[in-house]
This record gives sequence, structure tokens and C-alpha cells, in this order.
Amino acid sequence: MPSSRLLLFVLCTTLDGCAGTAASSTREPVDGRNLPLPPASSVAAREQTADQQVMHALNRLAFGARPGDVQTVRELGVDRWIARQLDARRIDDTAGDAVTARYRTLGLPLPQLLDEYPPNPVLRRLARQGGAAMLRDSMRGVSRADSLEYAMLRRRSQLVGQELLSARVARAVVSERQLEEVLTDFWLNHFNVFAGKSASMRHFLVAYERDAIRPHVLGNFRTLLGAVAHSPAMLFYLDNWQSTADTGRPRLVNPRLAQAVQRRYAQRTPQLAGLTPGQRDTLVAQLQQRRRGLNENYARELMELHTLGVDGGYTQQDVSEAARVLTGWSIQQPNELGAFRFNPALHDAGAKRVLGTTFAAGQGVREGELLLDLLARHPSTARFIARKLVQRFVSDTPPAALVQRAAATFTRTEGDLREVVRTIVTSEEFFAAAAWRAKVKSPFEVVVSALRATGAAIDTTPRTAAIVARLGQALYQHQAPNGWPETGEGWINTGAILNRINFGMALASGNVPGVRLQRWTTFTELAPLPRDQQVDGVVRALLGGDVSADMRAILLSGDHPMLGRAAARDEMRDSTGAPPIRATVPPPGLAQIVGLALGSPEFQRR
Amino acid sequence: MDRRVFMRSGAMALVTMGLNPSFLRRTTFGMALPQAAKGKVLICIFQRGAADALNVVVPHADPSYYALRPNIAIARPSLAAGDAGALELDGRFGLHPALRSLKPLYDRGLLAPIVAVGSPSSTRSHFDAQDYMESGTPDRKGTTDGWLNRYLAVSGTCEAGTQCAPTPFKAVSLTAQMPRILEGPQPVVAMNSLDEFTVRATGSQADRLEALYRTGRADVIHATGSDTFEAVKMLRAANPQQYAPANGAQYPVTDFGRRLRQIAQLIKAGVGLEIAFADIGGWDTHVNQGGATGQLANRLREFGDGVAALVADLGDRMADVVILTMTEFGRTARQNGNGGTDHGHAGSMFVIGGDVRGRDVFGRWPGLAPEQLNEGRDLALTTDFRAVFDEIVGTHLGGRETTRVFPGYAGTSADWLSLLRGTGAAGVGARRG
Repeated sequence: MPSSRLLLFVLCTTLDGCAGTAASSTREPVDGRNLPLPPASSVAAREQTADQQVMHALNRLAFGARPGDVQTVRELGVDRWIARQLDARRIDDTAGDAVTARYRTLGLPLPQLLDEYPPNPVLRRLARQGGAAMLRDSMRGVSRADSLEYAMLRRRSQLVGQELLSARVARAVVSERQLEEVLTDFWLNHFNVFAGKSASMRHFLVAYERDAIRPHVLGNFRTLLGAVAHSPAMLFYLDNWQSTADTGRPRLVNPRLAQAVQRRYAQRTPQLAGLTPGQRDTLVAQLQQRRRGLNENYARELMELHTLGVDGGYTQQDVSEAARVLTGWSIQQPNELGAFRFNPALHDAGAKRVLGTTFAAGQGVREGELLLDLLARHPSTARFIARKLVQRFVSDTPPAALVQRAAATFTRTEGDLREVVRTIVTSEEFFAAAAWRAKVKSPFEVVVSALRATGAAIDTTPRTAAIVARLGQALYQHQAPNGWPETGEGWINTGAILNRINFGMALASGNVPGVRLQRWTTFTELAPLPRDQQVDGVVRALLGGDVSADMRAILLSGDHPMLGRAAARDEMRDSTGAPPIRATVPPPGLAQIVGLALGSPEFQRR
Repeated sequence: MDRRVFMRSGAMALVTMGLNPSFLRRTTFGMALPQAAKGKVLICIFQRGAADALNVVVPHADPSYYALRPNIAIARPSLAAGDAGALELDGRFGLHPALRSLKPLYDRGLLAPIVAVGSPSSTRSHFDAQDYMESGTPDRKGTTDGWLNRYLAVSGTCEAGTQCAPTPFKAVSLTAQMPRILEGPQPVVAMNSLDEFTVRATGSQADRLEALYRTGRADVIHATGSDTFEAVKMLRAANPQQYAPANGAQYPVTDFGRRLRQIAQLIKAGVGLEIAFADIGGWDTHVNQGGATGQLANRLREFGDGVAALVADLGDRMADVVILTMTEFGRTARQNGNGGTDHGHAGSMFVIGGDVRGRDVFGRWPGLAPEQLNEGRDLALTTDFRAVFDEIVGTHLGGRETTRVFPGYAGTSADWLSLLRGTGAAGVGARRG
């Protein structure tokens, strides 16, 4: 190792935040050819054909193929391409970086973001300080300049959410680090946070995705878990920021001081005026119960959803004790700074016992770190995370042997997520015939894969994200902490199928932002050819070429027996006088084939 | 495996699998509409943003009310107050004057206002409170499904029955996104508008799409796809485009009005609707909420006129329908410095239907004197919202296992308010405060 890199390596083991430096300094134009090759026999030995393996890898480790991708993977070799995706930081990603650079809000540190794009509560406070004159509903007597500025600031604040949405879709479409995008989708969902929880949440989410999730998706699980636990997004979403020691528990700070603080608080509370002393005591007790007291929400989901899993072998007692450990993990000025802060005044300083491990009294913030260590190393966590990743990458019903091997990798490497994913995506089970097109695409996957396949230009507005929402997956808007489903049953219902079909039709008739079929090379190449070659070309580009004879026949002509019957039924129905509800103008020939292929059951799978 | 063998056997499998059970159901499904015309229907309306209960069902006999709200209170019903006064209900309470169109429903015994009702959770977050009201599990964030979806699970499917064919329109939400209250494993259709529930393609194109879903392997996509095309045809046969509301019902010309009208359409089309959901926003009146007129009055007028039109339009069908209105919490008893109200605690609800024991205001009134207020600032809670939901599920919908609909809820039928006729053991008449 050259000495400069050795020095960097030493520095990086002691300092936070130099992972990026290390990566960029060692970045080289990597084509993957110098990466170690797996045994040459593996491709041939797998159940899927060589062509299927290429499509399969692109469908699972990426959001589908773009024009030219199949060729690239084939030339590089599927195993080398996978190895390259696993080493994401060494992939040159000019396209993805250009997207990020386009959105100013994505790059700002959280305090600056909150300051320059003030969320509603801050705006309202500012307005109130300015005599409430700027508030929307009391515009009388407000100078035109003031009200314009207020409206401008409101719009500015909304930009934060819009850019977050737009960039998420755009990066998934164009980034070369596709596996990193897929894993970002996975881990954002695993550690789900709901944008609608408060007006500042979109600001928090910018920092959450950028600082807590993305840097660690191919890194260490404990580091990822810690970044999430310290994030204002999660602390706010699951209320831990206001979880405090129950009354009567020992505190880290002088109890008399704490009482004085409480007294001052009581004096400032206007509801107390005009009450008898007895009534006042009852009320103070009520108020303190509300603001002060243990909140178990985060501790529970930390165990149930983030680490051990619901059957991970913990009890309600463990949840309560873990919540006590985490008291004081809070946020400093949520709307202005949004910084993590351990507040010793709120912390329960007594001893606790979680999952059979004792946490000695009075260790403060360190207890939380020890708790995260304990959870990250727990065998249930290894199994739970392994199973969920296998479910995402391989099958709705994860093969037990593969889950076991992935969990073993997790334990052996102390949660090295790159190695866990490598175990999964290079396995025999991953390339099994049973895994081929076995997963139902999420709405996000449907839209992004369609945009990639048709070589779409990126959309700089949130409109494409709105389409994803229309298909049933409003990004950053899943309310419950469990996140979106990882299985097909969760996504497919009558309304969903209809929306997916209509999305295909909309794209083919030019109603999806960024998509112009005429600019898609495959489309212009196929345009002058006869219909059968058009069908084969579209099937190759959108579905990887592997479709049933039935499907090909339906795309090719109107002669399929099923069609005759459907048409006859419609005529009967229409003769009753009920007008058919049909909206858009039919797309012409080739575009029609594209619409059918995108609306087909095959395109709903990956 | 040799690729061509794989392909061939794959294609064979597709052909033999083509006739899946869902496909066979088609005749039942597409040709004969389910005979559920006499079934019970629950329509839930969520007022998002926390409606100011104290100005919706006005406690005009409580002296503290007028002291707490010098500028925004609704006047006692009197000749002098005229149109600005509350609409007298029972000598204690009156409706906001903008709810004039609901007053006849009360007088006819169809509408039951419930006071001091809501979530036992002390949260003042819109998000959390809506979440709890929709999941039906206050203070439990981890609940993954909504209580209406859990009701669908215990209400049984029609698979075994001979009378009712399965219908895709058993539960419909007239919203762009699936609301939390209906989320869960039971199938629910969410749509912005009835006319969006269609394949946006021309005849031959739509036929080809249908053929794509009718052939191929028997899996969740194909089965549901076949159902989808039947559902579209079913709705088309019900002909929602040609709809004229009955009994001169006039829906407000707003999204909310349109959605209520479409719920009535679905009910009358006999597509087997049991649960419908719609919501209406704009209740978060922190600033200048107004009194007898103004911001809140405008929201209430749209809300009341919409509900009244729905009741008129459904006519005799109201015998089998219950409309339930809810909001995540009430607002502060005291008006704030901006002529508005802030986030409070207990709220109010309406239950409307043919089975309602009407001409009464339900729920115990806790009073608005300083020592009676929750945390010194809000109307206190005397009825857990789950007691109301539980009664409706248990009585109106005939849900067999309400404990599964409201896990962790300790209440029983003894906690019901006897809002509905046919309420079981506890049915000893309305309980008043």
C-alpha cells in the first residue's frame, strides 16, 4: 500500500466522515475487469440461462435495464458486473452526481436548510413576531411587499419536499450506482419515517436520506443503526425526543434543580391562573404526565422492525427497559437546528436490564450505544435482516438455506452489509429458475424501470413522484413504521392493476414527464419495420425478450381466441345503451405495442 | 436445463393454468350483479385538521362557554340572535347555524350528535391523532392496518355463501390515496373519482390488455387482473355517468360534494358496497375562525349540505345506512390571540341513519369550568371513540368479533351509548350526562 494511502487508512480508522475522501482519492475509471473473477463454471452451472441471468441481475440489483445495459452486462460478464455494483463507490457516477448537484436543498447541512427554507412553524413564529400581520388569514392592513415575501417564503419551504421527491426518482433512473439506489430504497423503507408527521419533517428527511441512510447501505449495520438512532427524523417520528424518565426515577441532574425547572414551567403556564392550590396540583401533575414520561414507541419499533423482528425473542418488559435506556435521546431546537442532543435532565439514571443484559446505573448516553451494540449483534437481528434482504432480492418466500447463509455472513462479518448482499446475489438460489420474474414490482420499481427502459430524460419536477403515488406508493408518505410491503400480495389489488395498466397507456401516449418515444433510439429503429419485428423489439427492450407464445400472439394481432370473446361481450354490453368509459386517444401502431407491453402482467414482475 | 425445454414447458404451463379460479368466477361476477341491495352500509367521513367541536355542537347552556370565547362563540338560540344563533337541539346544545341543513335530520330522529368524544391519547399532533383514530389503537404506533380493514376481515367473505357474489366494491375509498383507516390485507378500492376506474384505452387495445391478463400463469397478478376487468365492466353496467340524484338532493359543487354523490351512486347501483370513506379538510382554524359566519362556518356549510344531500338522495335506503363523522381531536376551549383556537382534546361526532335513536344529544357533558377542563385548556373526554365505533361495528354491521377490530380496547357493549336501535344488552335507552 503506498504510504499516502496507508496514512489515510490510519486516519480513517480514527476519524468519522473520511470514508468519502478515501473513496474519491482512490477512484479510478473502473470497468470491473480487474476485479477478482468467481469460478468460471458458475454462470453455466446456474438454472437460469445466460441471457436470463443478465436480465435478472439488472432487474434485481438495478431498476431494470436501460438501452445498452444488457449488452454492457453481457460483455463484462454478469459476475463482474455484480462485483462492480457491490463496490459502488468505485463506480464513476457523473450522471447521478449531476442530479444531486441540480438540487440546492439536497446539499445543505440541516441547520442551514431550516434557516434558509424556514418550515411553517418557524414562518408562523416569525410572522407572529412581526405582529401576526403576515399571516395568511389576516391580510388586511398588510403591506403588499410583506405578504408577497411571506408567500415567497412559503413556496421556498415547499421546495424542500419537491426536490426530495424529484431527486429520488431521478437518481434511481440515471445513477450508475444502481445497487446503491436499490439499497437506499430498501433501507429507507426498513427505517421508515413519515414526511407528514410535521412541517419540518421534509427538512429532516433530506438529512436523513443523505447522512443517515445512503452512506451506509453497503457499510456496517451497526453504523447504519446508530446513524438512524441519532437522526432527528427518527427521533421525531417515533417521539423518542420527548420521552423522559417517569416520575420518581433517579435523574442524572440534581433533583432540586429539576424541581426548580418544573416550578418555573408551572409559573409560565397560563391555564393555572385562577385555580385553587388543589386544582393546581392536579393540573400540574396532568401536564407533567403529558410532557414528561416514558414513550415506548421508538424502543418498540427498534426491536420489532429495525433489529430483532417481531418473533425475535423479546418481551414487553424488554421494550420498557430499552425505552428507559433511551430517555434523553432528543433533538435540540427541532425547527431551527434539528441537531441530536442527549438531554441528561430527561434521562432515567437507574439501572436497567434488557434481553438479560444489565445496564449499570448512571451511564447516560453511553447506555443507548451499548443497547444498539447489543441489538446489532443479536442472532435474531442477523436472521431478521438476512431474511428481509433475501425477500427483497430473491423471493417472497425466502429459501431457508440462503437466509441461514446470509445470516451467518452477517454474524461473521459483524454486520457488513456489502458481504451479506454479496452472499445473497451471488447464490445459486438467486439465479434459480424459481426466482426468475418471481417478484412483483413496487409502484416505484414499475415507474423507474419504465423510464429507464424507454431512455427517458429526467424530470426535474415532482410530477413523476406523483405518478408513483397514484400507483399506490407515495414516497416518504407511508404513515406506519413498518414501511411498504416487500411481497407481491401487498401491492396487487384491482385498483392497483388498473392504475398500472393506465400508467403504461399514459406513457405510450406521451403523458409521462420526460418520456418522448420519438427520442428513444429503439423506437425510431423499430418504427419502419413490420409489426412482428416491432413486437419482438419491444418485448426485448422492455421485458428482456422472454415471453410466452400467448403474449406474443396478443401483441402481434387481434386474432387471439380470448380476444374474440372479449370483443363479443363488449358489443353485447354496449347494445344495452351503457356508454363505454374510454378516455384517451389511441396511440398509433408501435406506441400501442409499447403501451400493451408496459401494461402487461410480465412488466409488473422483475 | 436446456433453454428450449424450459421455454416449452413454461408455455405449456401457461396454457393449462389459463383457466384459474378467478376466471371461472367471471360469469357470476360479470353478468349478475350481487344481490346485496339490502345490505348494511357504513359511510365514514373524516374531518381532517381537527374541527372545533365547541362551535359545531354548541354548549349554549354552559355559562363558561361564553366567557371562554368572547369573540367567536355562537349565540344562544333566541329571536334576537336570529340566523346567527345556535339551532336548538335539547335545551343544552345547539348546532352551528351553518349546519342548518342537518337540523331537519335531528328533528326527524335520524341524527345523533355525540359530545366530549374522542381519543384517550393526549397527543396534540394532527398526524398522531389521525393515525390513532384510523388504526383504532390510541398510543400504539405500530398497528399496521386500519380498523375498517380489520372489520372487513371479521365480516367474513362471500366465498362460502350462495347469496352474495364477491364484489370488488365491498369497501371503497373516494380518495386519491388509500387512507390509513382502510389499509390492510383485505381488498379495498381507492379512487379519486368513479370515472377514473376505467381502462384508459380504446376498444381493441383494452381487449388485448384483458387477454394479456386472462392468459398466462395463475398467480396474484393474473387473478387480480381478471377481477379488475370484471370490476370495470360491473361499474360500467351500473352506468355511473347517467346519474341524477333523487329527491331533489343538491350536493355542494365541490370535491367533497362530488365524492358523496358518487358514494350514493355506488350504493344505488347495487355493486355490493358495505364500507365507504371520504374526507374533507380545512378544519385547522388557528386564525380568524369566525363565529356564525366566517372560515369555520363556510367549512361547516359545505360539510352539512353535503351530508344532508347524501341523506336525501339515499331516501329509503337510509334504513340500512349509517353515516359516521369524525375528527382527530377538538380544539382549545379558550379562543386564542388570533381569533382562532389551537389543538385541544375531546371533540364531537355525528351518527346519522335510519336506525339511530334520535332527538337526543349523546355523551356525558364534563363542563367547561376551569377545574373541569382537560389540562386546564380543553374539553375533557367522557367517551372513548372506540365505544362509538365498537357499537356501530357490533350493531349496525353485525361484526362478530369486535375485539379483533379494536385490539387492546378494554371496553364492552356496556360502554356503548345506545346510539342505534337493536343495540344489545345495554339497550336501555339513551344515556345522558
